[in-house]
Amino acid sequence: MTTPPILELRGVSKNFGNTLALHNINLEIANGEFLTLLGPSGCGKTTILRILSGFEAPTRGAVFLNGQEITSSPPELRQVNTVFQSYALFPHMSVWDNVAFGLRMQKRPKVEINQRVAEILRRVHLAEYGDRMPRQLSGGQQQRVAIARAIINNPLVLLLDEPFSALDLKLRKQMQFEIKHLQRQIGITFVFVTHDQEEAFAMSDRVVVMNEGTVIQVGSPQEIYEEPESLFVARFVGEINVLEGDIRAARPGGTYQAEVEGVPFILHSRREFAEGETVKVLLRPEDLKVYLEQEKAQQPPFFLGTINETVYKGATVDILRTLDNGKKLQAAEFFNEDDADITYRPGDRVSVTWVEGWEVVLNAEGE
Amino acid sequence: MGAWSKRLYIFLVYCFFYLPLLAMFLYSFNAAKYTTAWGGFSLKWYAALLRNNGLLDAALNSFLVAVCAASLATLLGGLAAVCLKRYSFPGRRALFIGILLLTVSPDIVMGISFLILFIACSVQLGFLTLLVAHTALCAPFVAVTVLARLEEFDEYLIEAARDLGASEAKALLHVLLPLSAPAVAAGWLLSFTLSMDDVLISTFVTGPSFEVLPVRIYSMVRLGVKPDVNALSAIMFALTLSLVLLAQVITQLRRK
Ligand SMILES: Nc1ncnc2c1ncn2[C@@H]1O[C@H](COP(=O)(O)OP(=O)(O)O)[C@@H](O)[C@H]1O
Ligand SMILES: [Mg+2]
Repeated sequence: MTTPPILELRGVSKNFGNTLALHNINLEIANGEFLTLLGPSGCGKTTILRILSGFEAPTRGAVFLNGQEITSSPPELRQVNTVFQSYALFPHMSVWDNVAFGLRMQKRPKVEINQRVAEILRRVHLAEYGDRMPRQLSGGQQQRVAIARAIINNPLVLLLDEPFSALDLKLRKQMQFEIKHLQRQIGITFVFVTHDQEEAFAMSDRVVVMNEGTVIQVGSPQEIYEEPESLFVARFVGEINVLEGDIRAARPGGTYQAEVEGVPFILHSRREFAEGETVKVLLRPEDLKVYLEQEKAQQPPFFLGTINETVYKGATVDILRTLDNGKKLQAAEFFNEDDADITYRPGDRVSVTWVEGWEVVLNAEGE
Repeated sequence: MGAWSKRLYIFLVYCFFYLPLLAMFLYSFNAAKYTTAWGGFSLKWYAALLRNNGLLDAALNSFLVAVCAASLATLLGGLAAVCLKRYSFPGRRALFIGILLLTVSPDIVMGISFLILFIACSVQLGFLTLLVAHTALCAPFVAVTVLARLEEFDEYLIEAARDLGASEAKALLHVLLPLSAPAVAAGWLLSFTLSMDDVLISTFVTGPSFEVLPVRIYSMVRLGVKPDVNALSAIMFALTLSLVLLAQVITQLRRK
């Protein structure tokens, strides 16, 4: 990063009594970035947001906003705003008054308030709803009010804590799109929290994968998905097959001769492995290639196995199969318009391989 | 047939509740001196009330104590509710349980304990002692009422206000206060009625220098129910009823 980070956490830890909610978090967030904290429930995502907004003080460590330390400044003095999971709209105020609240607290002139509220309501497509009370709005509209109420204050950073969890799937997709669009338009830094990897990937520039109060991996959605650095990340961000392997010989250029589930394969990895080391070979279902045995057109190496079950998923078919050594694998195939009649039935004998180079090889100890 | 028996049943239930009140109300207009027989319609007992200075003084005293005690109790109870809802502090749970306990503790126990306390501190029984006791009687009810209202709201409202630039004081003023106002008003009215018709505690904690209405009525009827007591009771009941209705209307309106 060439420009200084807009937000920085330095060695932040947080204890609640005996619970260690956060452990030594170091994070730099660039200006204008859409950053997502992703992790299972209870891993400390909300606690990070509350430390950023000022509702919790870190037990150790410091927080910097735009180069200034804000570790112990109260929420109302931070140029940071929050979209709460439950929206927390003021039920006794109209949409207009809710949105104007922040500017009124700043004692801005009336003319300016009126103009800015009108503009922001137009931006979130609620121009006609100013007089409504929050309870007269749908979930999606309430969500938009909550966002408008926060961004009208021109925060340096907007924090969003699982903002879509109360919406149904279709509305959620639409709001994901709208928020992403809004963020691009206004250019404010967003720190977004979710436990849904698909949502994280769809929206973010960078994803921070967390578990049990620590940061496990930081990277672009593509890096996280295609090059997970641990089994936890690999499993958390999608379905994955884990195969056991042994390194037989290292060749130059990050290439290894290995035996995977008893079959000799060539593996590619940027990591260093020693001869004789046990490794885990990770393969996404969509990276596996499946052939009926009678096709036999392909070159070795491949595994032999039997189809267990196929699961129709609309755009894809999941294929569950058992290798001859008992290992279960999952593959996903996209429907192919040209040979839509290729279907597998339980019991069919198949051979399985993968696109060379698409595998992720991890040290067997690193769980 | 089923519908009729249901109506009859409900009618009987209402009779059970309201027939005594209705009888008292009717007899307050009875011209006859002894309340067993109907001697024609008359307002003379109401007129007699107006001439009874001792009774009017007692009524005025009661009203004064009720207004002061209700206001103090609303302040204390309301603050207690906000504390319980908004902050975590050592002894929070104990305070909550203590408040709940006070709402169910028998009046006679409260009366006696206050009497012992006042004697121990050698305080002259009168307006002040009555005010203290009634405030203590009412504050827990206000706290419970306001707390119930606060529980209805999103717990992050205050945080949202602070997030948007309001100080803690401003957040309480602009968000918590308007939202809890109906419960605060209902709590005040409840306190007013509690104080206005309390006999037991008042008997213990006030002296002859400061007489309140319920105690006075109580001593009057010990010698037999006279029609002027009926008239007085009818007025008090009408007053209480309108206050309760008012409290109901306020809470219902605001809840909408
Ligand atoms: N106020 C609190 N008091 C005690 N423990 C808390 C408090 N807030 C959070 N925790 C604990 O800290 C951990 C992280 O919580 P949280 O940040 O809410 O996780 P997430 O948002 O990722 O689900 C959890 O174990 C939770 O129980
Ligand atoms: Mg959370």
